[in-house]
Amino acid sequence: MICSLQLSQLCLFVSDFTFLATDNILMPATVANPIKESRSFAGLRELFAARIAVLDGAMGSMLQTHSLTETDFRGGEGGRLASHPHDLRGNNDLLSLTRPDLIEKIHADYFAAGADLVETNTFNATSISQADYHTENLVVEINTAAAEIARRAARAAEAGSREKGGPRRRFVVGAIGPLNRTLSMSPDVNRPEYRAVTWAQVVAAYAEQIRALTAPAPDTDGEPGVDALLIETIFDTLNAKAALFAAENVFAETGVRVPVMVSVTITDASGRTLSGQTVEAFYNSIRHTRPFSVGINCALGGAAMRPHVEELARIAECPVTCHPNAGLPNAFGGYDETPADMARILGEFARNGLVNMVGGCCGSTPAHIRAIAGAVSELKPRATPTRHHDLRLSGLEPLNIQ
Amino acid sequence: MTNAASTLLVVGERTNITGSPKFAKAIRNADWRAAIEIARQQVENGANIIDINVDEALIDGEATMVHFLNLIAAEPDIARVPVMLDSSKWSVLEAGLQCLQGKGIVNSISLKDGEAEFLRRAALLRRYGAAAVVMAFDEQGQAASRDDKVRICTRAYRLLTERAEFPPEDIIFDPNVLTVATGIDEHNNYAVDFFEAARIIKQTLPGAKVSGGISNVSFAFRGNNPVREAIHTVFLYHAIRAGLDMAIVNAGMLGNYDEIDPALRARVEDVILNRHPEATDNLIALAEKIKSQNTAVGASLAAPVPVPESNLTVEERLSRAIVAGLDANIETDTELARQKFARPLDIIEGPLMDGMRIVGERFGAGKMFLPQVVKSARVMKRAVAYLTPFMEEEKRRLAAQESGVRSQKSGEKQSSRAPRVVLATVKGDVHDIGKNIVGVVLACNNYEVHDLGVMVPCEKIIAEARRLNADLVGLSGLITPSLDEMTHVAAEMSRAGLDIPLLIGGATTSAAHTAVKIAPAYPPGVVHVLDASRVVNVASALLSPTQKPAFLADIFARQQKLRDDFAARRTQKQLLPIATARANRPPVDWSAADIPRPEFLGTRTHADIPVEDIIPYIDWSPFFSAWELTGRYPQIFDDPKIGAEAKKLHADAQQLLAKIAREKLFAPRAVIGFWPCNSTDDDIELYGRANPPGEPESFSKSTSNTAQPKASPYPDKTPLARLHHLRQQMEKPAGQHNHCLADYIAPRESNHTDYIGGFVVTAGDGVEKLAAEYKRAGDDYRAIMTQALGDRIAEALAEKMHKHARDLCGFGKTENLTPEDLIREKYRGIRPAPGYPACPDHTEKQTLFRLLNATEATGVSLTESCAMAPGSSVSGWYFNHPDSKYFGVGKLGRDQVEDYARRKTMPQAEAEKWLGPWLDYEAA
Repeated sequence: MICSLQLSQLCLFVSDFTFLATDNILMPATVANPIKESRSFAGLRELFAARIAVLDGAMGSMLQTHSLTETDFRGGEGGRLASHPHDLRGNNDLLSLTRPDLIEKIHADYFAAGADLVETNTFNATSISQADYHTENLVVEINTAAAEIARRAARAAEAGSREKGGPRRRFVVGAIGPLNRTLSMSPDVNRPEYRAVTWAQVVAAYAEQIRALTAPAPDTDGEPGVDALLIETIFDTLNAKAALFAAENVFAETGVRVPVMVSVTITDASGRTLSGQTVEAFYNSIRHTRPFSVGINCALGGAAMRPHVEELARIAECPVTCHPNAGLPNAFGGYDETPADMARILGEFARNGLVNMVGGCCGSTPAHIRAIAGAVSELKPRATPTRHHDLRLSGLEPLNIQ
Repeated sequence: MTNAASTLLVVGERTNITGSPKFAKAIRNADWRAAIEIARQQVENGANIIDINVDEALIDGEATMVHFLNLIAAEPDIARVPVMLDSSKWSVLEAGLQCLQGKGIVNSISLKDGEAEFLRRAALLRRYGAAAVVMAFDEQGQAASRDDKVRICTRAYRLLTERAEFPPEDIIFDPNVLTVATGIDEHNNYAVDFFEAARIIKQTLPGAKVSGGISNVSFAFRGNNPVREAIHTVFLYHAIRAGLDMAIVNAGMLGNYDEIDPALRARVEDVILNRHPEATDNLIALAEKIKSQNTAVGASLAAPVPVPESNLTVEERLSRAIVAGLDANIETDTELARQKFARPLDIIEGPLMDGMRIVGERFGAGKMFLPQVVKSARVMKRAVAYLTPFMEEEKRRLAAQESGVRSQKSGEKQSSRAPRVVLATVKGDVHDIGKNIVGVVLACNNYEVHDLGVMVPCEKIIAEARRLNADLVGLSGLITPSLDEMTHVAAEMSRAGLDIPLLIGGATTSAAHTAVKIAPAYPPGVVHVLDASRVVNVASALLSPTQKPAFLADIFARQQKLRDDFAARRTQKQLLPIATARANRPPVDWSAADIPRPEFLGTRTHADIPVEDIIPYIDWSPFFSAWELTGRYPQIFDDPKIGAEAKKLHADAQQLLAKIAREKLFAPRAVIGFWPCNSTDDDIELYGRANPPGEPESFSKSTSNTAQPKASPYPDKTPLARLHHLRQQMEKPAGQHNHCLADYIAPRESNHTDYIGGFVVTAGDGVEKLAAEYKRAGDDYRAIMTQALGDRIAEALAEKMHKHARDLCGFGKTENLTPEDLIREKYRGIRPAPGYPACPDHTEKQTLFRLLNATEATGVSLTESCAMAPGSSVSGWYFNHPDSKYFGVGKLGRDQVEDYARRKTMPQAEAEKWLGPWLDYEAA
């Protein structure tokens, strides 16, 4: 039952859908006007220079503890989605519209536990993933609402820390998950050349999400609605490259760049992504975007991730992050690592200078984040090495040329 | 450093339509297999990068590029290297970029179309994340002289780094390799111009790389490959010294500068370095001579030519056949070897074991995978089978001739005999794929394996271990009651005074159970072996007098730690009293429940189910794990390490499956049934009908599914059967519940009649018969394959019958699910099997079998451990409630087991025996 390659255990569900976006948004790139950096760059650089930053933990497993019903997902009896013709239960991203109170509470709990950054509840908020629920028309609204909710929680936490005399900045990170369709792999073994989705469709879907997340919110003073983007749980690098491509398109459109964090998922102990790349091959594939940080999250528990985090720490020219699951899923799909377990594992990463930001993925809770934050608070962040100047190519494996 | 390939990155050029007629033909004919093979050969021949070019007038470049890139993405041994996209059309390059997960190179961009277009493309390449080959080409044309090359490259470099934010290290200049020795004097210095330009570029444009398409330089000598290769080799020799980083060449045809015939090399060097005016004429004269002289030798100057099979000695051929798992010529070659060797045994201990040793080493190092090992063993067995009559003949002859001397000698032999291993699947259990695999792997490593088969009683294991003077005993089992039986065997071995190590393996076994239960029963040493790949290391450590003490000490220490952990965990987590757990059952609103009524009640038997009809329901992933290739199907084919092997295995499986279907070698059968029922706490009562069970009776079609009777029609009846279930007792966070399967059935007090289903399906006894047939023929590979397919067919039939059962209940008819959705259990309802985590008591199978009259209907019977025989069988219950889901009951408290034994009217000690692994306490 435990199979590390099972997609269902990678914080996402994979299912069929009928959506096909056809409008090609590959804009002709011009040598554009210079794109300016969002103000959050300075704040995040300051945080990452000062100490090891703490990201929040899982959203999905927190929601599970509330035993939400179909009615919750629909926004209550007579709620706005009461008559939606398809089941909505399980569409967690929708709760930003129908149960914003709950989402804000979870963000608040993570901030209270010591998180510096929380991720918006938007892991599946693209038209491709939402098509499973026939809610692709809500994508913009979901992302906008999610960014606003997280911002409210951040403001409240900042106000709380001001009262205690230690003003502390809290950041909102736009979560961007993989998709239920992959650009590198065929779903049909008899047609290895077939792809269930095209590059243009994936870029369009991600661009729509990123445009909504980064649009200025009413109280952000013209700044983007999120302080950063986190493209995470990457198991197919080509999907991630399309997301990064979409982000660049949006930055060029708006003239403002937000920090982009990237986090890959290693699905087997030999250190490969589901699409077959090694950690270094993956890094070489995304290095051109000069990400704010690069990291590993999800599938393997922290302990099994150790050699891969170390590898990334050796090669990455930017901050390194790690937000593992609370261990490997057990036979019943649950996670066994206690807060103390995770704190011990991530604390060891930090003591050995491997990481700049830690947090949790599936199965982690505010208690886990509190323990993790405690374990790294006094430890020095990893020193970022200088940029390499060799040509770094990759297939499934890296090829570096001096 | 004289070997060009050792310092240079080789960009394979044969997947280039303009350079390889063979590739061009494959692409034109859409012969994708051939095209992929060309790519594979290039990587095998050492290409670090592959150049892909499909530019041809009549070909749709974009679509062809995408198709080919997607295809090679599924070939891990090709996809491991980066791709160089090569086209003169920007749209083809861009289509290609959208298919590359790795970081590749675009070949090429240039200033040919002006600065604006150049910068636009550069900005897009930045966004896609690709390196770029930049041709020394501008609005005026191609640069030929040193100074023009440097001027254009410098201008491009400035634009890229200053205006397009292009990283200098991602710029690869191609300063144009132009053809020399054309007879036109202006061309004579082209190679020198290239070298000098390369040197200046590397010195003045920091970070930039230099590349070149080499075959152009020798274009004047087309048709004369020996000379062309010599030119390429000499050109590269000098270009590398000038700073060339990579070259587009035929990876299989790179020569060695030192090995070129000195006369030819001198002439070529004169041309390349433009050393004197007659250089071209001299080379042409020599080239003519070489061409007429030896078209045969000229195939390649320095490429490694594979030695044809026929040039190998018979010993080498035998070893190779073993390693490659090829048995086409094994008997002929074994016979040839027999004529050559003094004794048949020398062949076995010589070339055959040499091959097996290589197989053992590669398997140990993770370079070969289980299916290959089993194929090698098959070849070995055939060779040994061929030699056996000769060895017996020899034995008889020698016995007659010199009996005295031989007996002494064979006594010596005895002391250095191969180590003996006794393997058995324990009593009550019939599963043996894993054990068979372990047997093959051990045999490959020169162990003498005595496989006692399945359902082996304890006494027989001990007697055989003694009789054979065995060095190791290995026990295997799949179902949970086998864990107890293993403990029993261990205790009996101890009582019998055996002192050889005991190995434990099989799906339900674990290091923890071995440490806690089995090891304490047998002090000489019990070792849990996780899978077949570990067994050789474990066995050899245990049999080495030097390694054994330390190895066992380490095992004992680990087992002590596991026991300590187990004890600590037990005290740590408190279970809820069963009454509290029951109170926390999931709430169900039965008044609103949709209870579908099946189309018939009683049982129905399905015989003669064609295998073809079952195949679409097969979930292949577990098939691969049976062979210790872990990965999800079909993505496993993309695995860079095991993908290729998985593909071969899958192809072999398809072939065998087709044969099984065609020749009807399996006879799958199924029986399913439905009964009215209600739950009472954790039990489920099944009610009969007027008809006795076994006689189907359909409900009238006019009865609507929704028109539920208000009261159960059977409340006063004595139940036909009572199913006993167990409830989770672990503490749950608020909002989560303590599950029991009975919760999914309407309780008696709800006044609704519910329905439960049951099934037994089997692939039939043809599985074991066919496997035994293959085994007798020495074909362990097909024997294991047959068993693995039997299991898959049984599981797939269970899936198919469940689909049928859902249709019978109505709600299945509206589901629109693909086979993949079925594997992912995307349908309503579950089919838990007695003995598995949601209902761990195997004895409930007895009730199920009685209700279905299953043994008569399907030929499947239950062993004393309640394992199903034949092994390729599946049974379980159908629950239709939309909320029903699989769960594990987890640890059981004494209070629940007491209650359970009472409900079941079974002595508590017996209930504890069956639930052994699930008890949270030490049974008395």
